[in-house]
Parts: sequence; structure tokens; C-alpha cells
Amino acid sequence: MSGRRDGVSTDAAQNGPAGTVPAAAIVARPLGALIALPLRLLDAPMRALQRTIGERRMPYVFLAPNAAFFGVFVFLPIAINLWFSVTGGPALFLSERPYVGAGQYGYLFECGSFLDPNSCREDHFWRGVANTAKFTLFQVVAMVAFSLITAVVLNMKIRARGFFRAVYFFPVLLSPVVVALIWKWILQRDGLLNAAITSLGGQKILFFVDPGWAMFWAVLVSVWAHMGFYTLILLAGLQAIPADLYEAAEMDATPRWRVFRRITLPMLWPNMVVVIVLALIKGVQTFDEVFVLTGGGPGTATLMVVQYIYETAFSNQVQNFGLAAAASCVLGVVLFGLTLAQLAASRRRAT
Amino acid sequence: MKIAAFLTRRRVAGRRIHWTDIVAYGYLAVGVVVMFGPVLWLVLSSFKTPAGLLEFPPSLLPMAQVEVTVPGQPQPLPLFRTTLPDGQVRDLVQLRRVGIVAQMADPKDPTQTFRVPIDKREPVRAFAMATGNYTEPLARFDFLRFLWNSIFVTVVATAITLLINSMAAYALSIYEFPGKGFAILTVIGTLMIPITIILVPVYLVVTELRLVNSLWAVILPGAATPTGVFLLRQYMLTLPRDLIEAARMDKASEWQIYWRIVMPLTMPALAVLAIFSVMWRWNEFLWPLAVLTKTESYTLQIGLNAFQGELQTQWHYLLAMTVMTLLPIALVFVFLQRFIATGIGNTGMK
Amino acid sequence: MADLKLVGITKSYGGLAVIHGIDLAVRDGEFVVFVGPSGCGKSTLLRIIAGLEEVTGGDILIDGVSVTRLPASDRGLAMVFQSYALYPHMSVRKNMGFALENMRLPVAEIASRVERAASMLQLTPYLERKPKALSGGQRQRVAIGRAIVRDPKIFLFDEPLSNLDAELRVATRKELAALHAEIGSTMIYVTHDQVEAMTLADRIVVLRAGRIEQTGTPLDLYNRPANLFVAGFIGSPRMNTLPATVVTAGPDGGMMLAGREIAAAVPDTLKPGDAVTLGIRPEHLATVIPGDAGRSQASDLTVTVDLAEQLGSETYLYAQTADGNPVTIRQAGQITITRGNRIDLLIQRDALHVFNSAGLRVAQSATETLG
Repeated sequence: MSGRRDGVSTDAAQNGPAGTVPAAAIVARPLGALIALPLRLLDAPMRALQRTIGERRMPYVFLAPNAAFFGVFVFLPIAINLWFSVTGGPALFLSERPYVGAGQYGYLFECGSFLDPNSCREDHFWRGVANTAKFTLFQVVAMVAFSLITAVVLNMKIRARGFFRAVYFFPVLLSPVVVALIWKWILQRDGLLNAAITSLGGQKILFFVDPGWAMFWAVLVSVWAHMGFYTLILLAGLQAIPADLYEAAEMDATPRWRVFRRITLPMLWPNMVVVIVLALIKGVQTFDEVFVLTGGGPGTATLMVVQYIYETAFSNQVQNFGLAAAASCVLGVVLFGLTLAQLAASRRRAT
Repeated sequence: MKIAAFLTRRRVAGRRIHWTDIVAYGYLAVGVVVMFGPVLWLVLSSFKTPAGLLEFPPSLLPMAQVEVTVPGQPQPLPLFRTTLPDGQVRDLVQLRRVGIVAQMADPKDPTQTFRVPIDKREPVRAFAMATGNYTEPLARFDFLRFLWNSIFVTVVATAITLLINSMAAYALSIYEFPGKGFAILTVIGTLMIPITIILVPVYLVVTELRLVNSLWAVILPGAATPTGVFLLRQYMLTLPRDLIEAARMDKASEWQIYWRIVMPLTMPALAVLAIFSVMWRWNEFLWPLAVLTKTESYTLQIGLNAFQGELQTQWHYLLAMTVMTLLPIALVFVFLQRFIATGIGNTGMK
Repeated sequence: MADLKLVGITKSYGGLAVIHGIDLAVRDGEFVVFVGPSGCGKSTLLRIIAGLEEVTGGDILIDGVSVTRLPASDRGLAMVFQSYALYPHMSVRKNMGFALENMRLPVAEIASRVERAASMLQLTPYLERKPKALSGGQRQRVAIGRAIVRDPKIFLFDEPLSNLDAELRVATRKELAALHAEIGSTMIYVTHDQVEAMTLADRIVVLRAGRIEQTGTPLDLYNRPANLFVAGFIGSPRMNTLPATVVTAGPDGGMMLAGREIAAAVPDTLKPGDAVTLGIRPEHLATVIPGDAGRSQASDLTVTVDLAEQLGSETYLYAQTADGNPVTIRQAGQITITRGNRIDLLIQRDALHVFNSAGLRVAQSATETLG
């Protein structure tokens, strides 16, 4: 055939998405080599299977392992959870648990007044609910505020943007236990923060003895640990706003504040909704950071719902699985509602 | 400051510096201190001796009292800057201490001794890393065991997750088959259900499977992540259908199409999922806490939490262990930071 | 190498039928081109042959053996895709060898086959490159090479030239023809471009809306289009179609065309008063030099020129008749005619196509009916 066009042409466009991310190669190569061997060994049996059941039934084969795991560790547990929540007694095995109907729920919801946890039979649960609500509210507000500011700043024409982005993102990767220990160390009685306060002439503050301070730091530490994640979502949204909008505004000599209010915020709103809902979901699920940081204390000042569930089921003297299951069903309903909101938000973002 | 000058240097010459630019750099500077500071403080503190940790106000760098070997003394002796009764200031070693009075000696001439009240002297300190904080727990606790457990859990769970999630994503993106819609719905419906909600029943399932206190109890329940299926499927949907059909014409079996064509082309998404999975597994806390009750099956996070309880007064070990725990993930971050950030920015998940 | 037989192929998506009973026999070594406008079902038909689409009804036979229920991988066919569908993560060598690996051929055999195909396609220097690093034409050849190494029973091409620029398309077209001559395999080729169809095909299958309109050699189709659709689809610029009325039938008959009676052979099957459509290819219209004596008697048609396209070697005149029907005239050489000029035309009688009111060709003579 003709050799006229044998030079590499400039139109050598991407023939598919491979190789678009160079960093992928670092992970991909050794990983690929490792994975390839067992996959190759499966060639023959899989071909035989395909011969037997036909090409059209192969997707079920591919779906099967994941579905099996899903069934055993997600769907079955959801079903069991429902059963647990309507049975009583300390036994773990279903057959040994007497049916109590809505008894566990009734016990959970037995309250003099829903606004006062102390008036409830299971006051710890309601303190958990109240604390979680308080925590989530403050956390979402602070999270949105800080990540929005950070994203906007990172989206400006600043130097060393990659470095600063990394700085804010770094804590996201730390484990909750590590995060909590870092801050526990800083906030302790003779810690760095108290040293700073006394050097400025103040008095040492016992952060973990005062309920208000304990909640304050629980919220702040959580924001510190996770804001990088939300910042990235907002940053992606900011970068998706077409530059010509800003250029047009600049041509009209629009003041920066007006540009922010009239262009940036409305265009960013879908991502904001995602951030808010995700922060809500994560807030409601909060457990480990606060648990390690404050242990739920002082008293029950920072006891969260999830900690209540965990302790009711696993670390109390009497393990009350039924009550824990009922509480987690309640939590599940809340989270399901939030998930629906998240999906609706993502869909709006996509369109 | 040079750095400030560098940071404020305009990329585009002639653009006026708006006040918002100054505020922005101020915010970023504070950000660096607030975000990096605590971690740096942790690392610095982890090299302090127990005595150094108890100091208030704390010193910035790990310092330790200088000790000098003096002829005629079996042990190295601590060095003090001493104000002698005659007002002379000299560096002396402490031979012994009785009540509030210490017997001091000149390190160069130990025969020359002084009796000094202890408030008339200050320890001579120098920068010193208490590496014992790291080496001693390795000997005293089963730290290596926990480390191994964490690595095992992370690697095996990530491998399983990548395999079964990509298989499911492949089925849900490349094929049309009855029940596909339902399968996609269940994936999406469970995206946000955390293991917290079903802690008790999963515990029951794991008990029935006789897996309690086995690392498999940590690995298996979270292996089929809906997030992973979702992410990979979104990516696979962008692959040209022609490639799949070309492979079919090339006599590839469906399994070969999966691992020889689709998997390599999905590498960027697989890498993102791999990083996420490593992060999830390495940092996982609640579930291992519930299901691992024997010390020998602890992962690092659980071990660390246990230390936290046991070592309330031994911060020097605890801080060192904390550094050890965050180190691997920090290394991952340093090398793959940009990549992780893009991945999260584009997928909106972690 | 093989022959292919399609028997009553139908295909519908849900309730929507897209292929309505196709019967076709392709001989061993034949180059058959499916041509038709987009949406005519030509690609679907090719994919049905390939095994990438399931049939709703009918049977596909290769060498007399039904392959209707066989998956694509077992039919022994090779396909060149419009997008080339090269595996982006594999080198050219791997791309071409992939199918052979799947056939579990020995490594040495794979290497020699790949190298033979590569040298035939002048791809040898690029064997270790990834598709990304190749030009459009090179990728195209890799896609063909991937088919060649398989030594398939039948080659299937799905608009393989549509992603190339015009110049390269012409060159590759010639190379494909040469390739067919060289390896002599059965080839089925889908295109919407009638020039490709005319130049490449041993036999053209014209499809419209899931039905075969006509099958024949390129010149068959050009000279004796079976209906108005084929007449309009084959040939460029497209055939002029003008309404006319039969005045008298027979070899010395006459028809009314644009208000003027012209003498022409009218098939006996037509009766006086029948409405027909006349098909006249642009090159079968001749301009009568203005100023010739008695021009109004000599000319068959008078038109007003809207536009003249000067191509240098020839000139296309776009004009309309007095009753507003468009007419295209192809004249050799360079003619200077400007917009608004009225010109007289002569119709080459033996190239006149007559279509009845249903749009079907009315045979001029008994001999043609047989042909």
C-alpha cells in the first residue's frame, strides 16, 4: 500500500481513553502484571463455561461474585437487621430471639418530650440524636463555608496552586484515629494550644472537660480532616465554569464581588448541593474521630448515634442487639432519605 | 521574606494586585500552618523523650538533656548550667542529688566538686531525637504484627475489590441482559449505606461463617463496594463499543474481552479505585473494632486505639505509633497526590 | 474463502422492523458492496452477517452451513470497523496478532503471519508502535492487516474509508481493489458513497429502508436502474428526473415533456395518456449551439440556467425547465454560460430511462428485460 503518509501525523488523536493519565502507569503496570496471571489461568475454564451456557448468559457470570458478596454482606444483613429490631433478648442467633413486635422501637421512642432527652427511657439514644444533629448542623455549615472559601482561593490565579491544594487535601487521607490522636495531643491540658494561650497571657482551658469546647473541637477537627475532599468537589465545579463568562464580565468591568455573586455562586450551586448533602450524610454517620477524640464525653456531651449503636450492641455489659438494630434501622431510614437527596442533586449536576 | 516575594510575584506582568490577592495569600499561609502544623507537631513530638513531652510550655524541637561521660563514673551524667554561689556560671555534671541540693562536678576535672541548690542550675539541652520511641514499642508490643495485619487486609481486600467490582461493572456497562436495570438500581441504592447501619447483622453473618477474629472478617464484608462498581461502570461506558465487537470478531471469549481489552483500558479508573480502597482499608476503624477482639488479629488502627487506652500516660510511644500509622498513607499521598485529587474531583467520592 | 447466502433475513428492534426479508447470495471471491442512504439498514445487515446482531428471522449460510445461531467469534469472519477499533493499549504487532493468539496458534506462526501482512501493507516499521502514534491512513491499514492475518472466510468492511480525507480515500480505494485482486477473498463492503461502490464492487446491492432495491454490477445499475431510487442514488451528479406523458407508444412513439412533444421509443406496455417519469443522466443532455438554424424544432427541451460550475475539464450546468423542474447538464470542456441564459437541449435517445407512475423502470425492449 501507499507509503505517502507514513510520517506520524499530527492528527494522531486519542484512540480511546487509555494512557491519558500518566500517573496511572505508575500504579497500573505492576498491578496489571500481578493481576494478569490468575486472569490468564481463568481463560480456559471461562471459555468452556461460555461454550456451555452461551455468550448471552455470560454477564450473569461476571455479575455473580459481586452479587454474592452483596447478598451475603448487604442484603442478608439488612433483612436480619429488620428481624433483630423486632426481637428481644441478649441472644445473637435468630432462632433464640423472642419476637417482641415493635417493642424495641417503642422502648426507643418512649419519651416524655422529644425535645428533652432526659425525659426518655433510653436517654442515651436521644442524647446521641441531639448531639448528632447539633454536630451535623455545625459541621455542615463550617464545612461548606471553609471549603467554599478554600476552593475559591485555590481557583484564583495563584502561584504554587498544586502545592496549596495538596496542603488542604492532605488530612483527608489520614485515618480517623490518627486525626483524633493528633488533635488530642494538641488540645490536651499541657498541649500546644494551651501553651499558646498561656504565652498570650490566658488561662489553660480544659477542652475535654467542658462540654461546649468538646463539641466545638469535635466539629472543628472533623472539618479539618474532611474539608479537603469537599474543596476538591467545589474546585472541580469552579473549573468547569466557562472562562468566557468571566471574560465577558471583565469586559463589562463587573466588580469581583458581583462576579462572584452573579456568576460563580449560581454556576457552582449544583456542586454546592452535592457537598451539602454529602456532608450531611457523613455527619450523621460520624463516629470514629469523635469517639477517639473525646470518647463521647465529657459525660455524654459528644456521644453520637453511631457510638450509641456500637456500644449498645458490643461494649455494654448486656449486649442489646435488638435495641441497636432498631436504632440503626431508624438511622438507615434517615440515611436513605439523604441518599435520595444526593442522587437527585447529582442528577441535577449531570444535566 | 523570599517565599512571600516569590508567591506574590505576578505571573502576568502589569496586572494590578487586587486586595483580594493579598487576602488570598494570607488565607493560604494560615492554611499551611493549620493543615500541616498539627501533623508536623505530631512528628516533632514523637521524637521527644517522656520528660520532654511533659514540659510546659513545650519546646518546638525535640530536645534532650546533654549527658557527658566522666572519667571514673560508670554512667553518663546529666549536664547542667550552674550558677555557683560566687556568681560564676559553669557547665557541670550532676554526680548525685540529695533533696534540694545536688553534688556537681566539673566534667573535665571530676575531682572538683560543688554543692549547689537545684534551683541554681538549668539543664543543658541539645537537639536530640528519641528514636527509642519507635524502636521500643516494636519490641514491647506486637506492632509488626499489627502492621502485617493491616498490610494483608489492605492488599487482599483491594485486590478482591478491584476484581469483583470490575467484573460487575463490565457486565453492567458492556452487556444488555434481563435484570440489568435492577442490578444497577441496587448498586446505586446501597451507595450510601455504611456498614454502621448493618453492624449487628453483618456481625451475625460473620459469626455464622466462623470468621470472628479472622482478618477475613474485615476483608470480605466490604469487598463488593457499590462505589467501585459505580465508578468503574461510568468509566467503561465511555469505551467505544467497536473495540468490544472487534475483539469478538477476533475470536476473543467474553472473559478475554474483559481482562485483555476492557481492564487495560479502564486502568485510570481502576487506579483511582485502588487508591480509594487502600485508603478505606488502611484507615478502617469501626468494623475491625467490632469484629477483631484478639490482640494478635488487630490492625494498626485498632492497635493504635488500644494503645491509646493502655498508654494514656505514655504519649511518647503513642505518638510514635501514630506517625508509623500515617506514614504509608502519607507516602502514597506524596507520590499520587495530583492523581488522587483529580480522581476525587471528577468522581465526587472518597 | 467462502460463499455466503442470506435467506429471508429480518430484524426488528422491539416492534420496529429495520430489515424486511433480505435474500442474497454472494459467490466465493466476490466483492459485494452494500450501498444506500444512512438508515437503510446496510450496516445492520453487515453486523448481522458478522454475528454482532441477532436476526429476528431468516438464515445465514456460509459455505452452505447455517451460522445463524453461532456467535461472532465462531463464524470465521473478519471485520474492518469504521472507527478501525484498534486496541489502544496494544502495539500494532499485538493488535494484528490478537486474534491469532485467541485461535491458539503457535507463537512462530503468529509472528510470521503478522510480518507477512505488515510487509504487504507497508507497516513493518511501525509494528512496535501504539495506534496513537500512527496517522489515520496507517491505522486504517492496521485495521485491514488485523483482518488479513486471520485469513478469514469473508472480509467485512463497515465504511472503512469514511474517516480518511478525500485524497487518502481515493488512494486507499485503489489499494483495496488491488488487495482484493491479490488475495481474492470474498469481501462485503458497506458504504454510503456510490463512487466507492461503483469503483470497488463486482456487484452492488442497493438498499433502502431495509429492503434490497436492486442488485447488479456497477454498470448494470448505472445503465439500467430498476427504479427511480436506484436511478437517483447511482451516478453523480444524480440523474435528472422529469415528468412526462405518453402520446403514442411503440418504437416510433412520442411523449409530452415540459410542454413539447418529443419523439422517442416508448415501451409497448405503456398506453397513450400514461404519466411517466423520464430519467436522463446529465451527460446525456447536449446543448444546442445557439444560433443554429431551426433550433426550436431540433431541441427537445429549453431550460434557464441558474448556475454554472466550471471544473475545467467539464462544466456542470444547473438549470430549470419552464415548469420549474431542476435539470443538471454535464458538458465536456469549458462553456461560458451565465445565470439566466436560456439554452436548448438535446436528449440522447438511447440513454433515455422511462419509469412508470410507481417509479419502476419500464423495459425498453424484450432483450433488456432478459438482461
